[in-house]
Amino acid sequence: MLLSLSLFPPQASTNAPEVDALYTFMVALCGLTALGVIAAMTFFAIRYRRRPGNEVGADIHGSTALEIFWTAIPFAILMFVFAWGASLYFKLSRPPADAMEVFVVGKQWMWKIQHMEGRREINTLHVPIGRPVKLTMTSEDVIHAFYVPAFRVKADVVPGRYTTLWFQPTQTGEFHLFCAEYCGTEHSRMGGSIVVMQPAEYEAWLAAAPGSGGGPAPANLTPVEMGKKLFTEKACSTCHQPTPGGVGPVLVGIFGHEVELATGATVKVDEAYIRESILTPLAKVVKGFPPAMPTFGGQLTEEQVMSLVAYVKSLSNAAPPAAAAPAPAPAPTAAAN
Amino acid sequence: MQTSEPKKLNYLNVEHTVSSWLLTVDHKRIGILYLVSITFMFLIGGLMAATIRTELLTPAGDLMSSDTYNKAFTLHGIVMVFFFLVPSIPATLGNFLLPLMIGAKDLAFPRLNLLSWYVYMVGASIGIFATVTGGLDTGWTLYTPYSTAYATTNVVLPALGIFITGFSSILTGLNFIVTIHKMRAPGLTWFRLPLFIWAHYATSMVMVLATPVIAITVLMVALDRGLGLGIFDPKAGGDPVLFQHLFWFYSHPAVYIMILPAMGVISEVIPCFSKKKIFGYNFIAASSLAIAVLGFLVWGHHLFTTPQSMYAAMAFSIISFAVAVPSAVKTFNWTATMYKGSITLEAPMIYAFGFMGLFLVGGLTGLFLGALGLDLHVHDTYFVVAHFHYIMVGGAIMAYMAGLHFWWPKMTGKMYPEGPAKAAALIIFIGFNLTFFPQFLAGYAGMPRRYHEYPPEFQIFNVLSTAGASVLAIGYMLPLFYLLWSLKYGRAAGPNPWGATGLEWMLDSPPSPHNFDQTPVVTWEPYDYPEAHRRAADDAASEAARA
Repeated sequence: MLLSLSLFPPQASTNAPEVDALYTFMVALCGLTALGVIAAMTFFAIRYRRRPGNEVGADIHGSTALEIFWTAIPFAILMFVFAWGASLYFKLSRPPADAMEVFVVGKQWMWKIQHMEGRREINTLHVPIGRPVKLTMTSEDVIHAFYVPAFRVKADVVPGRYTTLWFQPTQTGEFHLFCAEYCGTEHSRMGGSIVVMQPAEYEAWLAAAPGSGGGPAPANLTPVEMGKKLFTEKACSTCHQPTPGGVGPVLVGIFGHEVELATGATVKVDEAYIRESILTPLAKVVKGFPPAMPTFGGQLTEEQVMSLVAYVKSLSNAAPPAAAAPAPAPAPTAAAN
Repeated sequence: MQTSEPKKLNYLNVEHTVSSWLLTVDHKRIGILYLVSITFMFLIGGLMAATIRTELLTPAGDLMSSDTYNKAFTLHGIVMVFFFLVPSIPATLGNFLLPLMIGAKDLAFPRLNLLSWYVYMVGASIGIFATVTGGLDTGWTLYTPYSTAYATTNVVLPALGIFITGFSSILTGLNFIVTIHKMRAPGLTWFRLPLFIWAHYATSMVMVLATPVIAITVLMVALDRGLGLGIFDPKAGGDPVLFQHLFWFYSHPAVYIMILPAMGVISEVIPCFSKKKIFGYNFIAASSLAIAVLGFLVWGHHLFTTPQSMYAAMAFSIISFAVAVPSAVKTFNWTATMYKGSITLEAPMIYAFGFMGLFLVGGLTGLFLGALGLDLHVHDTYFVVAHFHYIMVGGAIMAYMAGLHFWWPKMTGKMYPEGPAKAAALIIFIGFNLTFFPQFLAGYAGMPRRYHEYPPEFQIFNVLSTAGASVLAIGYMLPLFYLLWSLKYGRAAGPNPWGATGLEWMLDSPPSPHNFDQTPVVTWEPYDYPEAHRRAADDAASEAARA
């Protein structure tokens, strides 16, 4: 059916059929409701039209029983729809732990993509079929939104913070990538494609030519390697030593754990907290350490911050989740200068 | 029959000078001033809509540059929302009818009422001036940090226009609230008020409470942009998403500023053309208040794709579903009002039917957007565009047209021609559906909104939509002609051409400058069509007996 094909985007992720099921249910539910009301109106307009003997309406002022009925029944149905929609959302808010990670930076008007294995691309994202993929995203300028209709997912990409989006492709091929949040002149051209490949093809693609940017050496480094390099260059390693005793906290093994702050509150060490601590270090100082770290806001590109985050993360993983990554996990002792 | 009866004075013929119009404090004349002003705004907004639809006929951006296209949809949105829809029913029909319906000689603060029109004119003029001289390309939503730091177009001046116009809403709302509380005729208790008044009462509350927030928000945008305060700039520690919370804290309730008065109109029209009491008066009145209150608690459903907490999103979702219930209750009550009625299908009733159909679709598709997991796919696509046009154009403007036709005889003393009016109602209904229904399909298929260019597979939806827009344009132009025609050639309407209940129908058409010669004393329930019919029959009988 040509028509039905064009009414739905391709169903290319695990999430897509679930969203389509809710959509189809809603179309049926709302369609029947609308038809019911319109049919009643039409029937009344014909059956009770004015004619001799029907000069005035019956003297009815209402019915409390009916009011309760048509308040309670829609309410109950709507709560069911709420629960259905919320459960889908809940799933989409929690990326699986084993998801493969990709960094995305949006800017007017392009998508810059960095694979953990080192390969970079612009406006195209290559991913393998059948594996959950988690995007960690930020923007260099205005708010954008990463939208893949075939996966039925969308998330805003906001300057100054990380947002995430995950999906698990179920179909190979090329699918639309759109920017869905209005971002200025070329908004409608800020798109590209998601290319879903068989795992073997994907591995071959990863291993092929280095960074598409064709830039100097850093293009060949993985984010972890680049982060490690920056960690030394920016003298982070001076204070953040692999063993206690440094001016700053030890970063080994902290990712994913809670730390206590000077204020007494606790915070979970995740990508957002590491990012914040690099750019505005005094916002959440760890208990027992002086507020001595200089700010790196304005001195690092979003890509550099992301690679530092990747490096700090790698310090907590004996084997990084990006299994195919050629980068060996740096041993804690080797990290020091 | 007297032959030497002097020509009756009414609010239209009492004075003819320009200054008698521009300095009037008569709520009826101010209603007409608003009517003329917003019609002009509707034409500007409509022209922009035509521009947008013509560009979207083909996937390539071949008619104008992206910048021009972006300015066109921004101007369309700002003019239609702030300068047309928000004042539409309350400032025209509301202004004209509110004192008449409650047996008052004017609003509580007649001069404030005139001031609100001037404030509106100043704000709207600045807005139009700014968009004509350079334009604005942020979309009507003015999202930061695009509007504060990246747009190269003129943001501050239109923001000032929106800021100023907001005060017009606040003044009107305040005036309505005080008038409804203090100036009801003796005997006109709260539960004898027409539902049009209840709807305007709820609307006024929203206007007074929500509008200051948009005023503050656009002021913050202007200050951030002009002085670099960095409120919304992450580089300075600000939060760009904060803007969205503030913006929608007004702009979601603003939808209820548009739709509640529309519901008020429908609650008058359907009983009149069914010659029956409205079904469930108390429930319709209470649902207006419920919508006004709950409407303040759902702004976060515009932010499901932003990084707001998952639990906040769930709270906003569940309240959004809850706010659908009072709207459903109203719809069921209107439908039930027709049961065992004596129904005729004059033009206002046809428009009201159009409202019911389009509002149903608009309301029901809102449920798709409230469902969290589904919203992630359709948010910021044409599905949303279609949904809010069904509510704000299909719902609010259809009801505005129903009201305008219903009370046109009262406002002008003249009947419009019935045939063209019915034809226009049908053309608008068909044109509207042809324009906007395909946009639901385009949206679910994945077409993002505010796209100057789009992939070719979406063209079929856009061609249908543009074709529909042409039909819709014809439908909207027709009333402009036959209503103006009726001013000169329409037959005299008489006080109550529809046999309607309500105090406004006891007055001459057009009413005298001071409305009521003596303050009426109300001893009857609203919408008592059966009783009105009995009384008319008795009068006729006694008349016959006397003869």
